Amino acid sequence: MKPGTLSSFLKRGAIWGFIVLELIFFSLAGEFLALSDKAFMDLDNMLLLLKQSAPIGIIAMGMTIVMINGNIDLSVGAIFALAAIILLDSLTWPIFAGLGDWVIPVSWGMALLVGVALGALNGLIVWKTGVDAFIVTLGAMLGYRGLVFMYNGEQPTSHLNWTLVDFAEAQFLGLHTATWFLLAVTAAIWVLMTRTVHGRNAYAIGNNREAAVNAGIRVGPHMMINFMIIGFLAALSAVVFYSESGSVNPNDGQLYELWVITAVVLGGTRLTGGAGSVISTFGGVLAIQLLRKGLGHIGADTSTVNLVIGLILIAVLFLDRQLNVKGKEELKI
Amino acid sequence: MATMTKKDIGGFLARQGILVAFALFIIGFTIANPKFLTPDNILSVVRSSAILGVMALGVTFVVISGNLDLSVGSMMSFSTIVVLDLHDTLGPTMAIPAMFAMTLALGALIGFLVGYLKLNSLIVTLGMLSAIHGLTLTYSGGKNMDIDDKSGTWLSVFGQGQIAGIPVPILIFLALAALLGIVLAKTPFGRKVYAVGGNGVAATFSGIRRARTVFLCYLMSAACVATAGLIQASRSMGSQNTVGQGMELEVLAAVILGGASLLGGSGTIFKTVIGVLILGFIQNGLLLMGLQFYAQFVVTWVIIILAVWLDIAAKRGRLWSPIA
Repeated sequence: MKPGTLSSFLKRGAIWGFIVLELIFFSLAGEFLALSDKAFMDLDNMLLLLKQSAPIGIIAMGMTIVMINGNIDLSVGAIFALAAIILLDSLTWPIFAGLGDWVIPVSWGMALLVGVALGALNGLIVWKTGVDAFIVTLGAMLGYRGLVFMYNGEQPTSHLNWTLVDFAEAQFLGLHTATWFLLAVTAAIWVLMTRTVHGRNAYAIGNNREAAVNAGIRVGPHMMINFMIIGFLAALSAVVFYSESGSVNPNDGQLYELWVITAVVLGGTRLTGGAGSVISTFGGVLAIQLLRKGLGHIGADTSTVNLVIGLILIAVLFLDRQLNVKGKEELKI
Repeated sequence: MATMTKKDIGGFLARQGILVAFALFIIGFTIANPKFLTPDNILSVVRSSAILGVMALGVTFVVISGNLDLSVGSMMSFSTIVVLDLHDTLGPTMAIPAMFAMTLALGALIGFLVGYLKLNSLIVTLGMLSAIHGLTLTYSGGKNMDIDDKSGTWLSVFGQGQIAGIPVPILIFLALAALLGIVLAKTPFGRKVYAVGGNGVAATFSGIRRARTVFLCYLMSAACVATAGLIQASRSMGSQNTVGQGMELEVLAAVILGGASLLGGSGTIFKTVIGVLILGFIQNGLLLMGLQFYAQFVVTWVIIILAVWLDIAAKRGRLWSPIA
């Protein structure tokens, strides 16, 4: 066995092992502590879990590629909220009154366009000014949230379109609409990262930017495209979720960046860039949702969930470091 | 130097850009609204910036040491809730030290994780943001915390008191700024903080205990957060669980505005105080001009990015990044 094989096997398999452990733990603990008689591993419950993973999961796919690229995006929660407001508000705009239900694709398109535009703005600033993505998106998190509040004050923006609700609540082959979107996004991003030049370049840039530049890769446009993708996905996550719920508060999406980054880090993507996998992120998303749902199942409230998620994030960081000690990271200090 | 070339002027603007921009803002706001530069308004701005400012002082140490602290907002909520709760059971004399001890314990935990275990500070403090928020909610049971007898306690001194006409929060902020400014600029510990943030490897080789220095920085940050929590509790005498939520961003914005590099190794307490005041005056000025409260978020966003951009543009000698 080559050195490092065990640790890389452990790392790659760890997230799925963690999921299995969670399933066993919550099933057993649920027997004694659950508030309802239903088993935790009930099929309906698991399908619901997939559906509920979608909002975080769709954004996490974008965060994976941004982080592989060596950047980070803290503004996703604010983009999520702004896209949701554009979606629900534009459904009622008088100019679209004549469209009937054709207003739906128009509103979806506008919300997604806003997401892409905000992501592009982040990417352009990172590219052209050279300011670290952390600062740029930290600022944007504040700025975009400001736009959200300026749009409608502290009032919720609500509109229920029943065609849209039917679409969002539909089940095809047993899976909910949101689940299909999550799976489609996961597949698309997987193809993008493993089968295209853009994906390979993104890994190369995250791994060693100077080497990538020397190899003739244009760093800026790749970074900007990745920011546009995550902006698009944050908006997509919003339109999928709010098509069903029909009402958005200006505070919605707050702390989403935390959940998303936790899922991505749980999936083993490195913060410094260059390594990470879309499939493992999918595992990370499931693990987090299982944890939220499982803790709820055994009667814990949201405060416990927050506590546990935070501690798990730190524990994973620690384990990841321990498993990596023998690897090349040792040289970087 | 008789003639100043265009490049010199550009360099000066870039280096002192923050102060220049600040001066322009002040002049603009004063012309737009004569009330802006009155003593009353200045005092009220500084007073309302004091809580943010006290937290920013501690975070300055952490940032100079090359790390981040995103947990200060939820830690401040924790301190506020704890001191308000203990006030009614233990009385203020015991509640304040107890609250400080508990907050310092959290700071020590973060310092241990980042300093001794060398974990990434961004993720650790992001995790602690969530964990401490959960802890606060568990502690309070999700309820708001209120002091029973609001008029009969001396706890109100820290947030509402005045000495010689100057509000106590301002005095605490300035005293702490002076103290920590001296610690950072004039003591061996302060020099170690710069050394660790500037080049951790070199610092280790020259015999500085990196882990211990980082640990102490987080302890310092926690002490500042506890002080901020005390002022907040004393000012409002009652609080929600989420009182500090989002403040980590504003704190970081103030520190970055002051010119501390997020890569570590640069920044001063004085500059952070300037950063805090800039944020406070700009937010106040925008309100006086009749802009919506939330517009200040957008303006803060623009200012942060411009400030950091100018800073690194001055360092690299060109405006646009060399990224292809």
